[in-house]
Amino acid sequence: MQIDLQGVSARHPAARASAAPAVQGLSLQVAAGEQLAVIGPSGAGKTTLLQLLACALRPSRGQVLLQGSDPWALPRRRLQALRGQLFLAPQTPPLPPRQRVVTAVLAGRLPAMSLWASLRSLFYPSDIPAAHDALDRFDLADKLFERVDRLSGGERQRVGLARAMLAPARLWLIDEPLSALDPTRSRQAVQALVTGARDQGITLVATLHQVDVALAHFPRIVGLRDGALAFDLPADQVSPERLARLYAQHEHELLGAPPAAEPPPAAAPAPVVMHCR
Amino acid sequence: MSTLRAPPIAARDPAWAGRVLWWSAALVLLWPLAVATEFRPWVLFEPESLRVTARFVGSFFPPAIQGEFLALVARETWRTVAIATAGMTLALVLAVPLSLLSCSALSVSALAGDMARGPFWLRQLVRWLLVVLRSVPELVWALVFVRVVGLGPTAGVLAIALTYGGMLGKVYGEILESGELQPTQTLLRNGSGRVQALAYGLLPQNAAELMSYTVYRWECAIRSSAVLGFVGAGGLGQQMDNSMKMFNGAEVATMLLVFIALVALADRISGWLRRALG
Amino acid sequence: MQSAANKPYRLPPPLFNARCSACWFTAAVVALVVLSFWSLDLQWAAFLSLDAARSMGRFLAEFFPPDLSPAFVAKVARGTVETLAMSALGTAMAGVAGLALALPASRLWAEQRTPARAPTRLLLNALRAVPELVWAALLLIAAGLGPMAGTLALALHTTGVLGRLFAEALENAPPGPAQALRAHGVGTSRVFLYATLPQVLPQLLSYTLYRWENNIRAAAVLGVVGAGGLGQLLSYHMGLFHMGKTATILAAMLLLVALVDVLSLVTRRALTR
Repeated sequence: MQIDLQGVSARHPAARASAAPAVQGLSLQVAAGEQLAVIGPSGAGKTTLLQLLACALRPSRGQVLLQGSDPWALPRRRLQALRGQLFLAPQTPPLPPRQRVVTAVLAGRLPAMSLWASLRSLFYPSDIPAAHDALDRFDLADKLFERVDRLSGGERQRVGLARAMLAPARLWLIDEPLSALDPTRSRQAVQALVTGARDQGITLVATLHQVDVALAHFPRIVGLRDGALAFDLPADQVSPERLARLYAQHEHELLGAPPAAEPPPAAAPAPVVMHCR
Repeated sequence: MSTLRAPPIAARDPAWAGRVLWWSAALVLLWPLAVATEFRPWVLFEPESLRVTARFVGSFFPPAIQGEFLALVARETWRTVAIATAGMTLALVLAVPLSLLSCSALSVSALAGDMARGPFWLRQLVRWLLVVLRSVPELVWALVFVRVVGLGPTAGVLAIALTYGGMLGKVYGEILESGELQPTQTLLRNGSGRVQALAYGLLPQNAAELMSYTVYRWECAIRSSAVLGFVGAGGLGQQMDNSMKMFNGAEVATMLLVFIALVALADRISGWLRRALG
Repeated sequence: MQSAANKPYRLPPPLFNARCSACWFTAAVVALVVLSFWSLDLQWAAFLSLDAARSMGRFLAEFFPPDLSPAFVAKVARGTVETLAMSALGTAMAGVAGLALALPASRLWAEQRTPARAPTRLLLNALRAVPELVWAALLLIAAGLGPMAGTLALALHTTGVLGRLFAEALENAPPGPAQALRAHGVGTSRVFLYATLPQVLPQLLSYTLYRWENNIRAAAVLGVVGAGGLGQLLSYHMGLFHMGKTATILAAMLLLVALVDVLSLVTRRALTR
């Protein structure tokens, strides 16, 4: 899917009206089938960029064009159909804790399933071999029938990525896919994503904190800082000086571990369970 | 990646057999339940039954709003609230000592290891007494008391006092034991008396929760006292029973509306108070 | 010179302060309690006198020995099964109906259009405001004497209670999985089935089972207005002053309530394993 951002600004949905926008005056063109990595220190607006591209956030200024059309000008039904064509993987894997991995992975195919097929799949998973293949690429095939909350954090993250393999999408938007993975697994996961995207001609936009992995696997690197574009270059033209300037005052992120994923919001307080007994 | 050790694909969902079993068992269980409760919903739609229902429901509109009747309803509403309040007061008189007796946070013998046998069994006994008090439905107490003291609000007040005394006693005990026990135990260790440890240690911690629960129970008591009226304990319930027996739909409608409004009002007040208590 | 031991700003506050809302609250509560006792003409003399104690003692003595003849015990057993079935079926129906009503009554994400939310909440509040006994008395007219009226009465009241609890549980469910599916363009009903429901189902089942504990107590006494089960037996025999038989029925009630409490606790523990 082809992407075209023109001078887009957007504010975080929960931010106060007077706060600075998370993304300011961003312009970006991505051809269909391209693969790019977005890097930058925390707070640079990487997640906001992905949400803009996923039509989950309305730009306050500027225009977002997907396949040449403005999604926010479309009637609701067409917008839903468009959403079915893109896949957003949030940083915290969006998996219901007590659901089984097979159902969670197959849920990636929901936009392409009819209502009756999706209901049937709840009772008996409709395409176990496909789920098995998708998980196999991330080395999780043996966890096919496990419950999500019995997996470790890294395994859950890989299940979230495996959903992408089944989604009927032309655009993959992956937010921090490697934050809970060790170096071997990180390499494996990135390779699975990149190969999978290339084989099907899917446009891939991933935000990464591991700059070395980004430089090694992605042909194009976009640097964001404080909501604005710092640079947009092929990977071999990104010099260490540029990186140092991008991560100025955030050197620990350049050198070391990525920041831990935001802790999931504290479980909402249980409703006041008062019965007259 | 893992082509070398691709595990055999389990083509069957392993949880399927278990699910089918449980669902079949549930459906099989449904039949005897329906038979035991003589559950025949089609009876509701038989022409004779429909006619009677239609006539009764039809008589609901318009609800009765004659001045004299409204005055009666107002009096009975106040009586319902009064029975609930008096019952709750007596319940407190019963519950407070019993909950203190059953609360192991005030145990002196437990300060140095296991509780001694005597105090332990005393506390167990009190707990069982509270459980028995709250297990007997208040309607049953009301039936018994109506035989002893006659029709009227006394039976209702006593029924509420006993049942809610058991409920409050048990929950007070749980609330007192669920907080931080260290301040209280320190006081006891330093030689203060049990009542002092209660007043200076347990109460400041738990007062808000105790009061909040009590206010909530008062709201439940209002509902209960309306129900107790059906067995002769006075209040709105008794009037509703009378009107229903005479198939006077208009009066029933008015009283139902007043009751729903009363419950909603009590709910509001109780919610506001509980929020104010933090 | 006579003066307070402490400077004025160090004196403790007066006992009743006209500006302190807690003081007014306490005063209101005391007034309510006093008014309640005064306006009801409670027969204290009749209850607290020695005469009354003696007649109470005599009354209690009539409960023993309880009637344990096989024929009557069989009758009580049938009544127990009827009561248990009433409560189980009524609670189960209410669980299903409550979930069906909780969907229109909840707002699952901030911008969802929920036109039916306010009326459905009103309906649920009305259903739960009316106690089970009142519903049973009303339904007797349509359904006739017998346990069906009791089952329906329990189902109606419990639908209101569970519907409200379910709606709150749905609204408080963690939003992550549902947001991801919605971003993917999946429709509302499927987002509910694949993301929200799997998260809250154990909680919903737990509420339903907890409600069963309450309903068994309610079912036991619904018979007093004619809705079958142990309550009908109880009011019949108490009306005829068969105190021995009444004692048996009361014992059966207590055992039944204890049994359901244990069953409900065990099942709830097994579900949240």
